[in-house]
Amino acid sequence: MNEQEKPDKTRRNLIVATSAVGAVAGLGAAVPFVASMWPSERAKAAGAPIEVDLSLIAPGEIKTFEWRGKPVWVIRRTQEMLASLKAAEGRLSDPASKASEQPKYAENEYRSQKPEIMVMEGVCTHLGCSPQMKPADAKGEMGGDWVGGFYCPCHGSKFDLAGRVFRGAPAPVNLKVPPYEFITDGTLVIGEDKEKKGA
Amino acid sequence: MGAQLRALWGWFDSRMPSVASEWRKHAAEYYAPKNFNFWYFFGALAMLVLGIQIVSGIFLTMNYKPDATLAFGSVEYIMRDVPGGWILRYIHSTGASAFFIVVYLHMFRGLLYGSYKQPRELVWIFGVLIYLTLMGEAFFGYLLPWGQMSYWGAQVIVNLFGTVPVIGPDLALWIRGDYVVSDATLNRFFALHVIAFPLVLLGLVVAHILALHDVGSNNPDGIEIKKLKGPDGHPLDGVPFHPYYTVKDFMGAVLFLIIFCFIMFFVPEVGGYFLEYNNFIPADPLKTPPHIAPVWYFTPYYSILRAVPPLFHSQFPGVLAMGVATMILFFLPWLDRSPVKSIRYRGTLYKGALAMFVVVFLVLGYLGTEPTTVWGQFGFDAFFLDTKDVATWVARVCTVLYFAFFFLMPWYTARDKVLPVPERVTS
Repeated sequence: MNEQEKPDKTRRNLIVATSAVGAVAGLGAAVPFVASMWPSERAKAAGAPIEVDLSLIAPGEIKTFEWRGKPVWVIRRTQEMLASLKAAEGRLSDPASKASEQPKYAENEYRSQKPEIMVMEGVCTHLGCSPQMKPADAKGEMGGDWVGGFYCPCHGSKFDLAGRVFRGAPAPVNLKVPPYEFITDGTLVIGEDKEKKGA
Repeated sequence: MGAQLRALWGWFDSRMPSVASEWRKHAAEYYAPKNFNFWYFFGALAMLVLGIQIVSGIFLTMNYKPDATLAFGSVEYIMRDVPGGWILRYIHSTGASAFFIVVYLHMFRGLLYGSYKQPRELVWIFGVLIYLTLMGEAFFGYLLPWGQMSYWGAQVIVNLFGTVPVIGPDLALWIRGDYVVSDATLNRFFALHVIAFPLVLLGLVVAHILALHDVGSNNPDGIEIKKLKGPDGHPLDGVPFHPYYTVKDFMGAVLFLIIFCFIMFFVPEVGGYFLEYNNFIPADPLKTPPHIAPVWYFTPYYSILRAVPPLFHSQFPGVLAMGVATMILFFLPWLDRSPVKSIRYRGTLYKGALAMFVVVFLVLGYLGTEPTTVWGQFGFDAFFLDTKDVATWVARVCTVLYFAFFFLMPWYTARDKVLPVPERVTS
């Protein structure tokens, strides 16, 4: 290598410095592109609480309501349905809902404020499909030991009538219970409660 | 006329000689082994399908509306009111499945003849990248008709990213651009499907072919034809790609298009496998259809996902297994320790392992299209039976065997009894 071909140290350093500054600028320029994919202000603003008239739900019946784009179920459970929760207990993966998400007032054996009124998000904790109600007499389809509950069509997770997941299902935890409160005996508000208004 | 054309070409050639030199390099003087068989049609066919998808896709976008309130209707409008619209859509939907059929056969060819082995590791890696990009492309495209399957399929797949520890929920939110799959999601999937991923795909195809042409094609005997050259400097066992293989691939394309057209015109839904029946119902965010399954080309991985039980109250292990099941392909060139490439000279260990892998892949694929209750339940109870669904247990066994094929490969390929490889290619 002769004198001419030797790299000029100063020039080399300037090239490195310029490249480094350029790389930083490139990263900075990527920010608005990445940021544009976050939920927009309009999407964030949507999602007010909803009101449910409980007189429309007969004993044993389930009704689906939309809250924040997700299905929320309200079930008026009968005595037999409540009894089925006990029968299911031995086969659940989180019977006491320790690892599951629910407000404090729903962290009990019925997973609800009032035992007969069950409120939960109809969104499978596995990968977000909406399970279907399978009554206790669906034994033919669900197996002889079926006591009534929910079945997720996507990956076969099974839940009892309190949304607690059976062992052997891909869903890891029980169905989520959203915040809710009774503003009168017959009216329910989903999406807020006394503890955190507008949660 | 002939003289004028020749003069025009001369004018062009003297100004841009790289056209002629590239043609010689990649076609007229690219020497490919002379013993290519049936399995060697699928690379060219994959390029043909890519072309079909790009052209039919461009024309579909002229009438499609990427808007949650309009998308489903615009697809029906294409089907009913746009002249020739139904053909365009069925070309595109048949093309999607055809793409995967051709690519799966193309990849299987690689497994048969060891085409991923040294010195073709990069060819293989670009190929796996093409496969993964194609999966993304198919997934984004599947949301666009905004049917029930589109919606719930996207819901499930986006939530797969939500299971990643720590960053998962935010990652899923960022991908959707909303708290649920919505108009924002549809709009961005449209952008990714019609421009971002096709560009990546084209770039990768170019890289795949350049990498191939640098090292030369493998063949059913797994012999390096460049080792034995004639006095003209060309491989003794090679023939110029053009006209020998252009003509052969033309014949393959004709046969392929006959089957393609038959499906397109007479059975475009293929019994719910190419176009799922539930996707003819508009998306309903409140109601998952009674039975949901991905399109057939994703079902082996979907089965693996479903087979793995949650650990420590997290569904991430299943997602991880599914991810590893695809990513493991990248490592194939280094997992295979066999001194020979082609199945023709391999011993019973590899032949048995490959046959088992094919069966396992097909069983997983079939189970993924069905509910887990498809094969009933075990009639007995045992402490280890967390689920009594027979199909889930079969899928679990198949999942273990799927991974065994790859993870035990260094062991069984190293001790497999191989046959001597001939100097020259056989017929």
